[in-house]
Amino acid sequence: MTENASRAGSGELLRLDGIDVRLSGREILRDVGFAIRPGEFTGLIGPNGAGKTTILRVILGLQAPSSGTVILAGEPRGKSGRSRAGSLVGYVPQKLLIEPDMPLRVRDVVALGIDGNRLGIPFPSRARRELVTSTLRAVGADGYADARVGELSGGEQQRVLIAHALISQPKLLLLDEPLANLDIRSAQGIVAVLAKLAREQQIAVLISAHDMNPLAPVMDRIVYVAAGRAAVGSSEEVLRTDVLSKLYGQHVDVLRVHGRVVIVAGEDGADPASPGALTGQPDPVFGSGAA
Amino acid sequence: MSGVGHLLRYIAEPGLLSSGPVRIAALVGAVVAITSGAVGVFTVTRGQSFAGHSLADVATTGGSGAFLIGLNQFWGFLVFGVGAAAFMEIIGVQRRRGRDVATGVILGAALGAAALFLYLGSETTSTTGASFTILFGSIFVIASSTVPVLVASGLIALIVVVALSRVLLLSSLSPDIAAARGVPVRLVGAVYLIALAVSVSLSAVAIGAVLSTALLIGPAATALRVARGPGRAMATSAVIGVIATWLGIVLAYDSYYWPPRGHGWPVSFFIVAFVFVFYLLTYLRRPSRPGRGQVAQTAADPAGQAGPGERACSAAS
Ligand SMILES: Nc1ncnc2c1ncn2[C@@H]1O[C@H](COP(=O)(O)OP(=O)(O)O)[C@@H](O)[C@H]1O
Ligand SMILES: [Mg+2]
Repeated sequence: MTENASRAGSGELLRLDGIDVRLSGREILRDVGFAIRPGEFTGLIGPNGAGKTTILRVILGLQAPSSGTVILAGEPRGKSGRSRAGSLVGYVPQKLLIEPDMPLRVRDVVALGIDGNRLGIPFPSRARRELVTSTLRAVGADGYADARVGELSGGEQQRVLIAHALISQPKLLLLDEPLANLDIRSAQGIVAVLAKLAREQQIAVLISAHDMNPLAPVMDRIVYVAAGRAAVGSSEEVLRTDVLSKLYGQHVDVLRVHGRVVIVAGEDGADPASPGALTGQPDPVFGSGAA
Repeated sequence: MSGVGHLLRYIAEPGLLSSGPVRIAALVGAVVAITSGAVGVFTVTRGQSFAGHSLADVATTGGSGAFLIGLNQFWGFLVFGVGAAAFMEIIGVQRRRGRDVATGVILGAALGAAALFLYLGSETTSTTGASFTILFGSIFVIASSTVPVLVASGLIALIVVVALSRVLLLSSLSPDIAAARGVPVRLVGAVYLIALAVSVSLSAVAIGAVLSTALLIGPAATALRVARGPGRAMATSAVIGVIATWLGIVLAYDSYYWPPRGHGWPVSFFIVAFVFVFYLLTYLRRPSRPGRGQVAQTAADPAGQAGPGERACSAAS
């Protein structure tokens, strides 16, 4: 995969440098920087409240950093220039649950990904319909193209939203906690779809999660976020007691249990022997970025 | 149209369609119903029926004030409705909650002013029918000179909402996605709120300020229960509104011969009653195949078992 990536020019699709974000006087992100190359599968991992959503919002131009730069496809993002992200970046926000009375069929939601930002009504055409169908097929959601999207399960809605983000043929797909609240099999299905997109269409995937384990087999790299700061590298480089302890600002242990990575606080944190640590609950450490 | 006329001759009094006021009522009623139907679909999906009610309350003040100073009430509805929409945008009512209490107090004051205007108005003109007209509608007494204004306003609101439909849907799906794609979400919301105010003003002329949101919310809520795509929902909502309005006009015309003799029943009552009945009818429908999503899920599940990174999603196709 990385060989393919280096073939695509200088290689970097996205670069964040020295990103600071302050919200209502509080420091949310400090000196966050990393780069993503085409086709790379990057996990944005960290406990709740660490700043993952904020990082994605900075990339999208929804949140202006107080300092630092975002370079997308070789062009720096201006303070106000958010339109550039339009076709380059596909986005699946977190906790998006569509209510049953939303008058949208699955294919309507996906079609909004083509030109939902335009005025007027779209001219229905065969090409348009087929593009929607083939995109749904790519994420394994063509079985319910005509269902009302609000009546689908959470996992099915996630696939539809991925198709919506995908149909404008972005180079970068940002997904904010798409696996939260999914059962293990649905989560694995989504991960498989994303890994395939990254591999076969060279779409860079940046996916946030508070539990890294479902992503472990497919992640090329990890951006681990804790308390507003980030450590970047391969899982061997990042998931280490010394690296994460420094990030959290207190001692944490990185344990490998039954092939899963579990991060637990040392002295003054959660009890390492708590049942959550072993049964695959999300990181039982810091409830909400308390460090 | 002739088929409809033929049918009407059986159920309605002769002379229905040759009556000038009835023709005007049928035309304006249709325009109002179509506009409210299309606008209402977004009112419901955006969760803004409270905003619709608030605009109607403030429009009541405008309508009664216009009546007091001898202006056509539509201008009162419109100016106050649009003004209220602008004000709501500024204080951020669109972002829901939090402003409930302040809004409630303001609306109370607005209706109080309406009561005063209506009282003063009926004192000076001694036409008791006027307050009834403002509160409960006047579709049979629309001056032919105001018809072009009403039709034009309705068409403009309709065109604006149809033009914004995709952007509105994307914003309802997720304001963040819309913003990331360059949609000026707040501006779109403000323009929509103004179209909503125009629609409520028209509806206030037809079925009265108090009832105006019935024609906005009722047909849309009904359509959203039966139609799937957004285009179909808007069309269905408009058709339901037109049918309810026309049936209401027919029965109201007929009711001059019902007890108590010589007093027609208010047309607004019939329209709102039909809207309500249509809504109830959707609950008689069997829910649409509930198992469908689950079937699809099982089809996709082998993907999950195949293991991440493998040929997972091809199994689903
Ligand atoms: N608009 C805001 N104003 C102030 N603080 C905020 C705002 N949005 C988020 N935060 C804070 O920023 C921190 C990071 O939030 P977020 O990026 O959503 O974390 P994550 O997505 O990792 O759970 C949290 O502590 C949160 O409370
Ligand atoms: Mg988050």
